[in-house]
Amino acid sequence: MTAGRIQFWAQPAAVLLIVGGVLVWVFSGELTATERSTLNATSLLTALKDHLLMTVVVTAIVVAVAVPAGIVATRPWARFLAPVFLAVANVGQAAPALGVLVLWFLITGASGGLWVAALPLAFYSLLPVLRNTIVGIHQVDPSLVDAGRGIGMSASGVLWRVELPLAVPLILAGLRTSLVLAVGTATFGLFVNAGGFGLLIDTGYKLNLMKVLVTGSALAAGLALLVDWAGAVMEHRFGPKGVR
Amino acid sequence: MAEKGIEIRLDHVTKRYAGQKAAAVDDFSMVVPAGQVVVFVGPSGCGKTTTMRMINRLIEPTSGTITIGGEDALKIDPDDLRRRVGYAIQQAGLFPHFTVAQNIGIVPGLLGWDKKRTADRVDEMMDLVGLDPGEFAGRFPRQLSGGQQQRVGVARALAADPPVLLMDEPFGAVDPITRGHLQDELLRLQNELRKTIVFVTHDFDEAVKLGDKIAVLGDRSTILQYATPDAILANPADDTVAGFVGAGASLKALTLTRVRDVELGHAVTARADADPSTVDLGAEKWLLVLDRRDRPVRWATQNELRRASSLASIGRPVQDSVTLQSTLRDALEAMVNEGGRAVVTGSRGEYVGTLDLTTVTDVVQQLRANS
Repeated sequence: MTAGRIQFWAQPAAVLLIVGGVLVWVFSGELTATERSTLNATSLLTALKDHLLMTVVVTAIVVAVAVPAGIVATRPWARFLAPVFLAVANVGQAAPALGVLVLWFLITGASGGLWVAALPLAFYSLLPVLRNTIVGIHQVDPSLVDAGRGIGMSASGVLWRVELPLAVPLILAGLRTSLVLAVGTATFGLFVNAGGFGLLIDTGYKLNLMKVLVTGSALAAGLALLVDWAGAVMEHRFGPKGVR
Repeated sequence: MAEKGIEIRLDHVTKRYAGQKAAAVDDFSMVVPAGQVVVFVGPSGCGKTTTMRMINRLIEPTSGTITIGGEDALKIDPDDLRRRVGYAIQQAGLFPHFTVAQNIGIVPGLLGWDKKRTADRVDEMMDLVGLDPGEFAGRFPRQLSGGQQQRVGVARALAADPPVLLMDEPFGAVDPITRGHLQDELLRLQNELRKTIVFVTHDFDEAVKLGDKIAVLGDRSTILQYATPDAILANPADDTVAGFVGAGASLKALTLTRVRDVELGHAVTARADADPSTVDLGAEKWLLVLDRRDRPVRWATQNELRRASSLASIGRPVQDSVTLQSTLRDALEAMVNEGGRAVVTGSRGEYVGTLDLTTVTDVVQQLRANS
């Protein structure tokens, strides 16, 4: 194995080791009845499912909004929109995620659920993808765009076949950052009835159940690291050939 | 199948950018004859590239008309127009994430050719520019040298067999030796294809070498002189053109004439296996010794000849020779190296004659007198 491959597999290996160690420690000892009501396969899997679902929905919204917005902001006829979009996304990232989440929860009638959690978290995670889409398209050599138009490709042809493919590495890097933000902030989902590992952390903290608190924290951290690793795999797999 | 060039006509073409007082291109009129290479040459920022880019409408003219083969270019959809006009630029502009074959196949693809026809055409184009399809088709541009990339750029421009080719300093970014090779190859291709080529450069020597006609452009793309290279070299229209032609105009003129076009002189020759006593130099001072296949090998003097028992190793070796295809400039170089006459050889390397300095100076004077 080369140094690169060792580094590549080190992250998932560490996650498995830590999460596995915590789970062994938790389940090898006696659990109280209160602990058992949270620390069982069903509720752990539900928390995992809710957490992942939030992450996926948030990421989907980010991609669906930020990539097209980034493309529009680089079109010659809409250059003036770039600073506007970036300012909005910047507000999203600068504002505290928890504050925005709760405000939105109150505005939407305090019922909560997946979608109430997803929108503010997406707003919070928007900036990396938006900024990297704009930068990624801008860093494409203008002479390639000129060559493309010069040999008869349409403006959209150049966008789809030249500009976007060459911007993909940066867009994916931004997406990876957004994913990590999303999976991290999804721990706040419990405050708006969307579940996730935040539920375990909150329960463990409030009821002073150390094992529940540690399990929730370890699982949330492990998931974030795994998602980050998946992002790295994605960058590696889907980057354009011939430019590395 | 190759489509021959068609005429390009620019009529009172002007480009004015909003907010700028002076026009970038001011009332430009020119006929680019079918099947010829016209080189726009001029200082940076003179508008030569802008003028060229109006032909395929990468820049829209503010006023004036442009016709290509009699058809009004401003009435054709710009994307359609550009698919019919080849375009090659500096550093080739190849897409780094496309293979060589994919890059060359773009325009045929845009024109809706089927896969087989495109693939055949790509192979044909790679052969044409001297790249082995088996070796290079699947490579990415960054795996090629600068010269190879430039060849792919030319192949891409020619792939859909356009009658017209626009080239914007296509060889500007490669080293001088590679540039020389690429220029020679373009001339060879043009000999076969007879496209109408508009070529932009700031290198006057390149213009002289490649152009059937040269347009020397000044500020706002005004035409200072539009004529054949030898006419410009012999009679620059004004001081600006003369300045651009630069020093050594007579030497540059020599690149326009080939050895085969001038009358050759002759030396006294003898085969290496001949008996020295049978050789009569007469009034000549030098003997040229040939090998068994009549290739020139050595120069010998009268004195050396008199003392020699065999011609095989007397005198000094021939250092440098030129062929019938060489330019007179090459011949002059050979004369300097040889310290006198240059030996001219034929296609198999056999002796066909000699060339001396008087012939060269006569040619320069004749070029002057004619234009």
